Amino acid sequence: MNLLIRGGHVVDPASGLDATADVYVTDNRIGAVGEAPAGFVADRTIDATGRVVCPGLIDLQAKLREPGETHKGTIASETAAAAAGGVTALCCPPDTKPVLDSSAVVELIRDRAEAAGMCRVLPIGALTKDLAGEHLAEMLSLKRAGCIAVGNARAIANTLVLRRAMEYAATLDLTVFLNSEDPWLAASGCMHEGQISTRLGLGGIPACAEAIGVARDLILIEQTGVRAHFSRLSTAKAVEMVAKAKARGLPVSCDVTAHQLFLTELDVDLFNSLCHVRPPLRTQRDRDGLRAALADGVITSICSDHQPHDRDAKLAPFAATEPGMSGLETLLPLALRLAEEGVMPRAEAIARLTTGPASVLNVEGGTLQPGARADICIFDANARWEVNPSTLVSRGKNTPLSGWEMKGRVTCTLLDGRVVFQRGPDA
Amino acid sequence: MKPADLQLDANGQLRHFLSVEGLSRKTLTEILDVAESFANVKAQAVKKVPLLRGKTVVNLFFENSTRTRTTFELAAKRLSADVLNINISTSATSKGESLLDMLHNLEAMHCDMFVVRHADSGAAHFIARHVAPHISVINAGDGRHAHPTQAMLDMFTIRRHKGDFGPLRVAIIGDILHSRVARSQIHALNTLGAGEVRVIGPKTLIPADCSRLGVQVFHDMREGLAGADVVIALRLQKERMEGALLPSEREFFKRYGVTEEKLAVAKPDAIIMHPGPINRGVEIDSEVADGPRSVILEQVSNGIAVRMAVMSLVLGRNPVTEAEGGA
Repeated sequence: MNLLIRGGHVVDPASGLDATADVYVTDNRIGAVGEAPAGFVADRTIDATGRVVCPGLIDLQAKLREPGETHKGTIASETAAAAAGGVTALCCPPDTKPVLDSSAVVELIRDRAEAAGMCRVLPIGALTKDLAGEHLAEMLSLKRAGCIAVGNARAIANTLVLRRAMEYAATLDLTVFLNSEDPWLAASGCMHEGQISTRLGLGGIPACAEAIGVARDLILIEQTGVRAHFSRLSTAKAVEMVAKAKARGLPVSCDVTAHQLFLTELDVDLFNSLCHVRPPLRTQRDRDGLRAALADGVITSICSDHQPHDRDAKLAPFAATEPGMSGLETLLPLALRLAEEGVMPRAEAIARLTTGPASVLNVEGGTLQPGARADICIFDANARWEVNPSTLVSRGKNTPLSGWEMKGRVTCTLLDGRVVFQRGPDA
Repeated sequence: MKPADLQLDANGQLRHFLSVEGLSRKTLTEILDVAESFANVKAQAVKKVPLLRGKTVVNLFFENSTRTRTTFELAAKRLSADVLNINISTSATSKGESLLDMLHNLEAMHCDMFVVRHADSGAAHFIARHVAPHISVINAGDGRHAHPTQAMLDMFTIRRHKGDFGPLRVAIIGDILHSRVARSQIHALNTLGAGEVRVIGPKTLIPADCSRLGVQVFHDMREGLAGADVVIALRLQKERMEGALLPSEREFFKRYGVTEEKLAVAKPDAIIMHPGPINRGVEIDSEVADGPRSVILEQVSNGIAVRMAVMSLVLGRNPVTEAEGGA
């Protein structure tokens, strides 16, 4: 089976290509970009004229809600949303119900993801049993069952347990995903501690809760030699510390959630539960710091932190609502918006969704170079559209971006050379 | 959304009363003027006026408060409304009936107004957003966020004693962090043009970026009380001794308790206020609470007139303009 993607503008950060070129796919792999491989006869042609062709996006954090919370979303429904967002691989965090701390749960997730066939699902195994932060999870079994990394979905309070967990993960050559936060400082909060939490009378999560968590964890990383990834950093201060650690040569990386690059504590005002997220939306200064760190490469990846919810989850007084927003289908447009706003060139923004996360996970993917798997995202960079929750593919309609005008929309997504999403002409 | 958007109708008239924040000086003054017209009702032999005859007011209290509920009930009855008191312990809602289901059930009983007290900040706004359009919501205290009728009765009391807000220096003392009363007072004072609003307390009880509320922050009573025209002591909850906010009530009283001695630096004609119920010997000394400058009991009785005013206005009745129009 030979597939030709003709006439598109190819952006492939791994090779530095940013020009009009044809992409040749043979079976499930990229055959060539530019010149046709010898004897290539296309069985099928996708006309990508006026479109951008880039590697399928890799999302380091998306909750699929299965097993355990299938009223919010399923592996089938949310991987379909991923495909609609141009995402061809995603990491699901271990806080499923039951927790992703046994090979049985890993197998269940992998089986259902394979059956759905919309997006690669890369499970992150639990670092501790039941994520309780007390006993180590069976990381060897988790790794063998297919976990790409280990993490705890929330901070581990007991420093000794974390140290042991890091040491054990390092023994198995597993990357540890960290959600660094001082649990006591954050305990009573539901939004950033600052002028808005003070006005609204909501419990605050101070910026120092994250900075202190990162500081502690950096020292343990140095001590244990584990390869670590700080997931979803929200404060300029914490990113600054990671930058210094990277400069010193520590094996660390970090990502940021797309919404943290655009929304701030101000958006929570007047109790907008759709902006209830963890880590919380921070200040404009933090947002600017995150953008700067993203532009200079300290932050290598942007994730969606997709968290679909049922309607009721957001229908209560602010603190009583569940945190998280639906993000898979706004991930690419928000990244492109960074380019529009002059934060970074478009190809760099795409790198943060492709080569950046691929290098964190140390997996194949995120490139269109010959031999790579044909996971491809095709989008119309000039399409203007308004975010309308009811038209989202995800079962989670909980986005605070409703009504935002976006520029750039996925038109076609390929997984292993197979079209898994194609937007109709009227959509 | 601006705070006022939810509270005002298309003509800029109050339809809910959720927070003082975002309301204009004109609206706040209107509330005070209408309250003034009701203040005499309590002296009459027949204490009722027929403004809200045929209306049904539901006191929806998710948090216990005998005093606040009683004044709302009295206010509604003096306006000739029918009153239904519903006390909902948090366990009732945890039985599976969601807050919204409960509201929709009450709506179906053709009520006109919900007076809501709830432990969560933003609860009154949440309810106002989701009730049927014919229902008005009055916030009787939501979490740490707002207690706007309390703030307005305090403003009423201050205006009666001091007249103009412009030259006033007002000091609010104690647990600002957890106080919905303080937040509403600060917004009201700033909107009404008070010369200077100060808060005084230990750093553990002053919320982050507090000065952004439009106040000067002090940690020392002598400095904070200097030249004050109005001194407001806040109630200190016993649970603040837990969680490492304060070492003891005794130590709090030593540094922040309002005593005659500390008041020496305030203006000689300063008035002393407290939203009640008071903890004698914790935030205020009995000598001060019962002394000639204390207006604490006046606050309580003013509460009825102010709540009558707010209830009338949100249901579209202004006896002051109606009397002028009828004359």
